[in-house]
Order: sequence, then structure tokens, then C-alpha cells
Amino acid sequence: MTAVTDRQKLQYIAAKAADARVNVELETEGMTLNIGPQHPATHGTLRIVARLDGEQVISAEPVAGYMHRGYEKLSEVRTYPQVTTLVNRIDWLGSFANEVPFILAAEQLMGIEAPPRAQWIRTLLFEMSRIANLVLFLGDMGVQLGAVTPTFYAFRDREFVLNQIERVTGGRFHPNFDRIGGLKDDLPKGWIADTKAVMEKVREFCDEIEELFMNAEIFAERTRGIGVIPPDVAMQYGVSGSNARASGIDWDLRRDAPIGLVYPELDWKVWTHPDGDSFARFWVRLQEVREATRMIDQICDGLPSGPIMAKVPRIIKVPEGEAWISTENPLGEMGYYVVSKGDLTPFRLKIRSASFNNVSITPWLLRGVYVPDIITILASLYFILGDIDR
Amino acid sequence: MTPTILGLELAYWQETTIRVLLGLAALLLLTGGVVYLYLFKFVSFMQSRLGPMEAGPYGSLQLLAEVGKWLQKEDITTENADKTVFRLAPAIVLASTFVMFAVIPAGPSAVIADLGTGIYFVLAMSGLSVVGILMAGWASANKYALLGALRAAGQLIAYELPLVLAVVGVVISAESLNLQDIVRAQSEGAIFGWDGIGNPFILTQIVGFTIFLIAVQAELTQSPFDMPVAESELVHGYQVEYSGIRFLVYFIAEFATAVAFAAVASTLFLGGWALPASWGLGDGVMHVVGPLVVSAKAVLLVGVVFWVRFTLPRFREDQLQALAWKFLIPISLANIVVTGVLKVVF
Repeated sequence: MTAVTDRQKLQYIAAKAADARVNVELETEGMTLNIGPQHPATHGTLRIVARLDGEQVISAEPVAGYMHRGYEKLSEVRTYPQVTTLVNRIDWLGSFANEVPFILAAEQLMGIEAPPRAQWIRTLLFEMSRIANLVLFLGDMGVQLGAVTPTFYAFRDREFVLNQIERVTGGRFHPNFDRIGGLKDDLPKGWIADTKAVMEKVREFCDEIEELFMNAEIFAERTRGIGVIPPDVAMQYGVSGSNARASGIDWDLRRDAPIGLVYPELDWKVWTHPDGDSFARFWVRLQEVREATRMIDQICDGLPSGPIMAKVPRIIKVPEGEAWISTENPLGEMGYYVVSKGDLTPFRLKIRSASFNNVSITPWLLRGVYVPDIITILASLYFILGDIDR
Repeated sequence: MTPTILGLELAYWQETTIRVLLGLAALLLLTGGVVYLYLFKFVSFMQSRLGPMEAGPYGSLQLLAEVGKWLQKEDITTENADKTVFRLAPAIVLASTFVMFAVIPAGPSAVIADLGTGIYFVLAMSGLSVVGILMAGWASANKYALLGALRAAGQLIAYELPLVLAVVGVVISAESLNLQDIVRAQSEGAIFGWDGIGNPFILTQIVGFTIFLIAVQAELTQSPFDMPVAESELVHGYQVEYSGIRFLVYFIAEFATAVAFAAVASTLFLGGWALPASWGLGDGVMHVVGPLVVSAKAVLLVGVVFWVRFTLPRFREDQLQALAWKFLIPISLANIVVTGVLKVVF
């Protein structure tokens, strides 16, 4: 038997009432449009059930779960080093960033700290996965609005970043590189100089995108004032990351809670935008990519020497205890709550992924907008399906 | 008088058949060329990729491979669809394009039907495709298709007006609705007494030309006006349920319409098949050169269409309606007034 919550009941009544109103006033019938689970705008299998009056949305409800892979449960039968393989696949565009908070939580429980060089390289790869993730967003926004060309530029320049990640980790999408106590390997020879050249290319890409979008009148018309999230609503729904910063919330875990990563030693800035609309979200992410390239340049210059692995027992048994670590991932705040009973495997793992909360605002946000704006808003909220359905 | 072609005396039906077949062949060849040149190559270079390279030298036979692929695919008619209407719709869209092409002259006598009201006929027939699109959207029994078809209907009707009004300026200048007369008026005309390049209306009717091109972009439902087929939200709108050969027909119709509109635009504004009369080339030469001249002009104009298509994001439905009603139509009306006044004064 499926339980129907009060909320669902109320929504059903509200939808019926809206239908009745429409029918009385205009003698038309409402239409329920299923956007997804197979739809190009949902980057996978998100389903939006939209009730339409003409082209206007009366109510919209996201339905997640079509790609649920049960990572929280699966990790209970995986040893700690094996869990990174799973969590890699949560946000598949910036995979390395998924591993870091989990490893940090395990390290905290074990009382180990990674050596400085490992921390610096972690931060470096963390920011590179941010670029690999957000660059695709910058191109994808074009496709959602009907301009195909920027996507190809995004894929072209993202390839350089992925190549650099591959040279270090051996994996383009799923590095599986972070270890409890440090990293698997050191950087390869000649990598730093190449990375700086790649960062130059990414900055050029940002300029190109800025020219294509920021100065384009159609882009401004399609995004400005569309899908405005006021700061208080954003906080109530737990919206995090660039979406929150685009609503003017000056909150960035890299600056406010930099556990285990070297952000305090770098010179960088948290970008916010007061508007909270789709344009602001695009703009903030564009600035964050630029900021990330600057950070990577600084890390390349200031990389300390030394070991990349702390002293870690051969068989990793995490002492009994609980730990919560969250980091500022490309999509927003991502955290792991690890409960250990002193075994080889976690007793319980809770994953807080950013996209799940970011998408939960859609029913509030999509009310009353037009169908084309659904796509703009979904694209600008920017979610990865793996990040919604762990 | 019996018409003759290459010295052969032909009956009316024989002559007409030859003209129609040649016209169809020309349209399909041009369409194929345009698809290869722009959709496969030009756009690929814009997007920093190579495009098709394997089929034929430099990928030039890719289109044949694509057509072969579509012909092999299953032609699916969905269960809830209104089957007759569903199957008829692509034919109507394609037919409207072919009929449009029938009155566009490609030489002193190379025209399928030399109608006295040529341009009126072209615009009327171009509007016919709306019927096919609405049929497709309604008969598909698909919500995306329905939304797409309604958007298409709204858009095509809205942009029909600036299209027609932009042409009125040309008609006033040429003093004729006949496309041959419009071509002759441009080749024999003079700009303030100087007839070095005739009087192509792109110079005197630049406002009309711009409005015409914008409206054509919308009529073709190409970006930035591709809301009806918006692939990222309506998943190709009214075409969503079509597959196999019927999708191929839509594909051909889309690009053939682009060629046909470009041919109309080059006839109306760029001098059509004719070269300036002051260059002293007789009709004999133009019989051969004319088709090449008008094809070259049309292909160039299609290039502009594709350039814009792959550069700009799309308007929202209400925004593109606002552009048509609040901006293009007033300007084209003002253009008519100014053209009329100047015509009377000079």
C-alpha cells in the first residue's frame, strides 16, 4: 500500500481546484505534461509533472528516483577504500570532488591528516573537477536556450581539462584517486606547465562564452528575471552552491569551513549576484570557473614538496564514531555522514548531495511560468541526475 | 503558337512535364547541395569540428548515406494517431514548398509557370505549410506535438504579415506582381540615373530586405525563431512522432523551403537571374547563365540563414510575437509609406 501524505492530498485538491477554475472561466481543459523521464532538458531521467493551462504552468512536481542506485546501502558492504569507486559516480562530471569529503570524514575518524603536498594536490584536482563540471554547464545553457554552438566549444575546451586529470589519475571521468591518508600517486613530470597552458585556454573559453551570451540580447531576455529565487526562500529549501550565491547569499564552504583543503592559503574571491534569476546563476558560475583557473595557477606555483601519503595501516579499520564533513562541490554543498562501528566497512553512510536540494525548489519556482521557461530554469539550476538519485 | 525547346516542337503537356521535372530536379539538387555545404560543413567549421569525412571525397556523399538510413527505418504510425491525417501531413508541407518554387524564374523562359500574380502566389503557397503542420501536430496525439504545432501556427501567421508587407515595397518599386517583371525592373532600372549595376532592390529597399530575411527565418522555424520545434524542450515539436521516410520528407521540406525562400529573396532583392542590362548580355546568354546566377545568389542567402541559426539562442514564444507585432510590422508599414511617397516624388 502506498502512503499518501497530507502534502500530496493538498496538492491534488489544489490541482483539481485550479482545473475547475480554468474550466469555469475559459471552458478549457488543463493538460498534464510529463517532462521526462526521457527528455533532453533533464540531463538524464528526472521527471517533471507539469499541469498546464495553455502554456502556463499551474503546478509542477519533480519526480526523482528513476536512476537510484542505492549507494548509501551499497557502501555498507564495501570497505572504506572501495567506497570511493561508488561515490565517484554521484556527480559524474566532477567526480574527484565527490571522493574528497568522504575521505576527509574517514580521515577524521581515524585521526589521520594527509601531508601538505597531498592536501595541495587534492585542492588542485578538486578545482579542476569544478572546471570540468561548470564548463559543461556554460555550454549546455546554450543548448537549452537553442544555441547549439557554445556546447561544442565547451566540449572542446573541457577535453583539455579532462586530459590533464587523466594524466594524473588515469581516469577521465572516474579518477578514484583519493586515498585515506593521501593520494595514490604524485603528479607526473611536466604536468604543471601543461596545466597552466590549459588554464589559459579555459580563460579564453570563458571570454568567448561571455561574448556569446552576456552581450547577446536574446540571452538576456530569456534569462533575466526568469526563475527568481529570493535569498530567504533559497535558504528555506536548502539551496546551496552557486545557486545560493546567485541569490545574494554570501556563503561558500571553501571559505567558511575549509577542512582538509588549502583554500585559506590562496588568494581568491567568493562571487555573489544580487538578482537571483537564471542570468545571475549563469554569471556566478562563469566567474567561478575563472576564479578556479586563478586558484589552480596559484596552487601550481605554490605546491610544497614532500610525501603524498601519511602513515596508514595496511588494513584500514575505522574506529568507532561518527563524522560529518561537507565541502563546496561544483553543484553545491556535498557532505557525508559516516557512522562507524570499528569495522572494515561503514556501518551507515548518509550522502547529502547538492542537486537533490537544488531541485526540490522547482515546485515553488515553476508555478506560473511558461513552458519554455521551465527549461531555462532547470538548465540554470543545473543538476546532475546522479547527484539527485544517489 | 507551339512552344519549342531545342528546336523540337512540343505539345503543352510535354513542355509542362519537362519544366516541372527540371524544376523539381533543380530544387532537390540545390537542397542537397545546401544541406551538404551548410548543415554538414559550414556549421561543423563554426563549431570547431570536421563534419562528415568518410562517405565519398570529403564526406560529399554523406547525404545519400543519410537518406538511405532513413529509408531503411520503420515508418511508425502511433496507435492513437489519426492515421490518414498523420500520413498526409508531411506531403502537404512538402507540396507547398514545391508549388512555391514553380513560379520562381531562373532565366528568360526558365520558369514552370509565369503567373501574372507571381509573388502573391508564392506568399499564399508558403502559408499553406501551416495547415500541414497543424495537421501533424493534432493527428500525432502527442502533447509535445500539439504544443509545437500551435506555436508554429501562431508564429507562421504572425510572421506572414511582415513578410507580405516587406514585399509590398518591392512591388511598388517594380510596379508589378509578376516575378519576371520584378527581375527585369531591377536589371533595367537605374539608381538616380546611373545604370552600371541596374537597380537591385537590396539597395533601395534595404529595410524591406532585412525584414524579409527576419520573417523568412521565422517562417522556416529556424533559430532564433525555432520555438515550434525547440529540440531541448518540445523535442522537435510537431515532428516528434514521425520516423523513417516521413521524417525524411519533413527534413527535405525544411531545407527545400529554405532554398525556395532564398530564391524568392534573391529574385525580389538581388536581381534574380538577370545581370544588369547595361552589361549588354542578350537573352541567349542568360538562358544558360541565368539559372547559375540565381542559384548562386540563393545559396549565399541560405548561408546567411544558417549562420544566424547556429549563432543565436531562441526567443520565447511571447517575445517573438512581440517582435513581429510591435516592431517588424510597424517598420514595414512605414517602409511602404516612404516607398510610395518616394515613388510619386521621383
